[in-house]
Amino acid sequence: MGPETLEALQQEAIAEVLEVYPAKAAKNRAKHLGVDSPEGVKGACDKTRSNKQTVPGVMSQRGCAYAGSKGVVWGPIKDMIHISHGPIGCGQYSRGGRRNYYIGTTGIDTFVTMNFTTDFSEKDIVFGGDKKLKQALTEIDELFPLNNGISIQSECPIGLIGDDIQAVAKVHKKESEKPTIAVSCEGFRGVSQSLGHHLANDAIRDEVMTDTSARDEFESTDYDVAIIGDYNIGGDAWATRILLEEIGLRVIAQWSGDATYKEMAIAPKAKLNLLHCYRSMNYISRHMEQEFNIPWMEYNFFGPSKTTESLRKIAEFFGKEVQDKAEAVIAKYTAMTDAVIAKYKPVLEGKKVMLYVGGLRPRHVIGAYEDLGMEIIGTGYEFAHGDDYKRTKEDIERSTLIYDDVNEYELEKFVQKLKPDLVAAGVKEKYVFQKMGLPFRQMHSWDYSGPYHGYDAFAVFAKDMDLAMNSPVWNHTKAPWEKEEVGA
Amino acid sequence: MQDVEKIVNGQKLFLKEEYQTSLAAKKEFESSMGSVNPAKVEEVGEWTKSWDYREKNLAREAITVNPAKACQPLGAIMAGLGFENTMPYVHGSHGCVAYFRSYFTRHFKEPTPCVSDSMSESAAVFGGLANMKDGLRNCNAMYKPEHISVSTTCMAEVIGDDLNAFVQGAREEAEGELDDTLITYAHTPSFVGSHITGYDNMMKATLEQLNPPKSEKVVDEGRINIIPGFEPYLGSLAEVKEICAEFSDKIVMIGDHEAQWNTGAGEYQLYAGGTPMEVAKTAINAEATVSLQKYSTVQTAKTIKNKWKQGYETCNPIGLAGTDEFVMKLSELSGKEVSEKLKSERAQLVDAMQDSYPYMHGKKFAIYGDPDFLLGLVSFIVEMGGIPTHVLCHNAPRKGWEKDMQEILDKSPWAKDCQIWPNKDLWHLRSLLFTEPVDFMIGNVYGKELYRDTGTPLIRIGFPIFDRHHLHRYSISGYKGALNLLTWITNGILDQLDEETKDIGETDYFFDAVR
Repeated sequence: MGPETLEALQQEAIAEVLEVYPAKAAKNRAKHLGVDSPEGVKGACDKTRSNKQTVPGVMSQRGCAYAGSKGVVWGPIKDMIHISHGPIGCGQYSRGGRRNYYIGTTGIDTFVTMNFTTDFSEKDIVFGGDKKLKQALTEIDELFPLNNGISIQSECPIGLIGDDIQAVAKVHKKESEKPTIAVSCEGFRGVSQSLGHHLANDAIRDEVMTDTSARDEFESTDYDVAIIGDYNIGGDAWATRILLEEIGLRVIAQWSGDATYKEMAIAPKAKLNLLHCYRSMNYISRHMEQEFNIPWMEYNFFGPSKTTESLRKIAEFFGKEVQDKAEAVIAKYTAMTDAVIAKYKPVLEGKKVMLYVGGLRPRHVIGAYEDLGMEIIGTGYEFAHGDDYKRTKEDIERSTLIYDDVNEYELEKFVQKLKPDLVAAGVKEKYVFQKMGLPFRQMHSWDYSGPYHGYDAFAVFAKDMDLAMNSPVWNHTKAPWEKEEVGA
Repeated sequence: MQDVEKIVNGQKLFLKEEYQTSLAAKKEFESSMGSVNPAKVEEVGEWTKSWDYREKNLAREAITVNPAKACQPLGAIMAGLGFENTMPYVHGSHGCVAYFRSYFTRHFKEPTPCVSDSMSESAAVFGGLANMKDGLRNCNAMYKPEHISVSTTCMAEVIGDDLNAFVQGAREEAEGELDDTLITYAHTPSFVGSHITGYDNMMKATLEQLNPPKSEKVVDEGRINIIPGFEPYLGSLAEVKEICAEFSDKIVMIGDHEAQWNTGAGEYQLYAGGTPMEVAKTAINAEATVSLQKYSTVQTAKTIKNKWKQGYETCNPIGLAGTDEFVMKLSELSGKEVSEKLKSERAQLVDAMQDSYPYMHGKKFAIYGDPDFLLGLVSFIVEMGGIPTHVLCHNAPRKGWEKDMQEILDKSPWAKDCQIWPNKDLWHLRSLLFTEPVDFMIGNVYGKELYRDTGTPLIRIGFPIFDRHHLHRYSISGYKGALNLLTWITNGILDQLDEETKDIGETDYFFDAVR
């Protein structure tokens, strides 16, 4: 007799997974795995251990602090040049994979998809790399004169060999009269990308928020908002911006997808900071609240239910006029998204989904799936903290397996046990599950599609999920001469 | 707004008028020069195409822009995955491993197994021994490898972790759990060399540590080892094995990662294929070893030649002459004549080359990539009558490579028009393409932006290729591999010819149905 309820099956899955580990690792991993439901009391969303060291020797999907700073927060700022400071690899592996869209002439006035690195040799490790860094900054200004600043993103060795990149940056800033910002985001710091976000936020706080030159002459309106924590993956922030504009707001900054330095610097002129990725940019939002008295509001633009809810919440802040416009906008788009749901829900309803993403989407995208009648039965984060898990509670709709820093072995076993119809996670996991005959969507890069934020984007999302779930390719796995079913 | 009957993703969505309006309005808040003063972007853009810019660009010493190389552990992982039931294990931060796995996975569209022991601040202070003790045990318990292949990141190298002592220490404290697991290890600092150096270091270490000392060597008559090197073309591995089988069943591949990145649908296999441990452990007994990438096995060669006192040869079976040399070498080593099958494949290749030569003849190429890849590809271009105008190798070896390359170029009647650019990056190449233009570019995905900027069509051959599918499944080695090269390059040229002649009533008199 198998377990009778979804919850029992989920509990059993955890017990089975833990059996493989040596005692020490099993004890550790047990704290990162659990089950919760909307009606649960003190369930996994309250108790899951998170933001802790990864168990050594496993195939974790986590990245590092450099990935969080260069890859996520700083990298998309388009008119600055971001140096991967240290050996050759980090900049190369992180080049062009995140799809932070931007508009500009790459190599001339914008630089996001390029890779600038100091390419350390043994000599730089032994004698220090400060001199090389200084020269690199000078060379950049000569060859890329339209850059509006340079950030220095430290790779592992920098913090270990005693270089003083802050001092180098300071000198260059003075000489070039352009922002020159050093971030000590060495990959070994912290336990995941998350510390990199924090360090990157701190650098924005110390170096950009203190620069008042752009905001001195900036003329504010009462309807100015900044989009914080949208990296414009596949154009997400553009699909967000248009809705905010339609309800009568003025978006003065996009952090940091398609951002320019000026947008970073004028953000403190906003009347309200709108925070999408809480995990990666709550720090700077809190800072702007304390320092400049700017309130911040979390919102969720995945799926029409959450988008509508968020638009109403945002409009409420600005009063009746904006609220009226918002209702009109909601009505206009809801007609379209209702049609999208009518078209796709019949072929997606009841399909079970397991998610595994970074620090926001494991909860934020649940609503979009549920709008299509799809059921999330498992979700987890690579690098969330306790407050993210607590927030997850509000988004789950049924008994849900919760897994923190799940490794490839665990996720594979969970999927085999819970048999979802779709797995939605990252590129490293993608082909594992496709080999099992399971549809898969990448939820970091939108699987080379998108945008997924806002109403128009929901149509793309629904179409992509239909494409994933209902492609004929999944029917070919079993050869006609085979009697037994193949795959998971 | 979306038309539900015709939903479009970002590619076309943002072309809609309302988005164009919104994006135009955004410029008001932007500081990029394109928003502030577009004429200035034009002016600087033009300057970057000039000889003046080129001189300044080539004089660059400290900043690398758009490199065409990666770091050591990436190569070490490929070497590790060439062995059966082997889990690559990177001693260092897990961020590196996330990058390596993503990089290979984006290229092969296949999973890439590899673990790390997640070193962090405490390891930076106290060393990574504790991580390795737990890591090896956990890895062993979960993934049940027969062999763990340990490499290092720059972090572990900077703090000076001693792998030999660590592996030993981990074994001793594992309560017997690691007794049946082979563990090999190599130091692979990212700040020395490139990914091919890492391949070399890992291969050398694996062979040295798996094989008994020379005193116990028992020569296995007729056995020949083939080391493929950092070979991203899985079809090449298959073809090389096929060629070898024409001569003897005692020619074995050491480091055969073909199956690992080519498993079928239906079931996920963590490990697939690879050189069996028994074969790896007897590599010393072979009569000779042939490396197919001289410059990816420089250190490995020393072990084979000097420690093992084994015959060591290098071949580069890319292109006609390279394959001929390889085939003749196998014939010489095995004492067997070249088979009818190979003779026929060669004849078919030459026939195809003679069919297609007008299109490559006299065309100028810029080509970049790894050192051995370039030696093979440039040789093929010269054989076809093409002109390798710019040969750029970012990870050019210090000794020997330039001379080898010059010898190949010297076979071309246009040798004096060809330039070798060692240790230059792809931003250097941009200047070269603007000042001394070519007809086509051959290289990996990173040439894509150069295609956009300079208009030089890119024929994708190399590693990594993220934006085209399945090319890695083909061979670029052997006679059939050369036929693939010929097909890709010729049809790339013909695609471009169609592109240039497709304007109705303007150029389409040359838009021929027969080429």
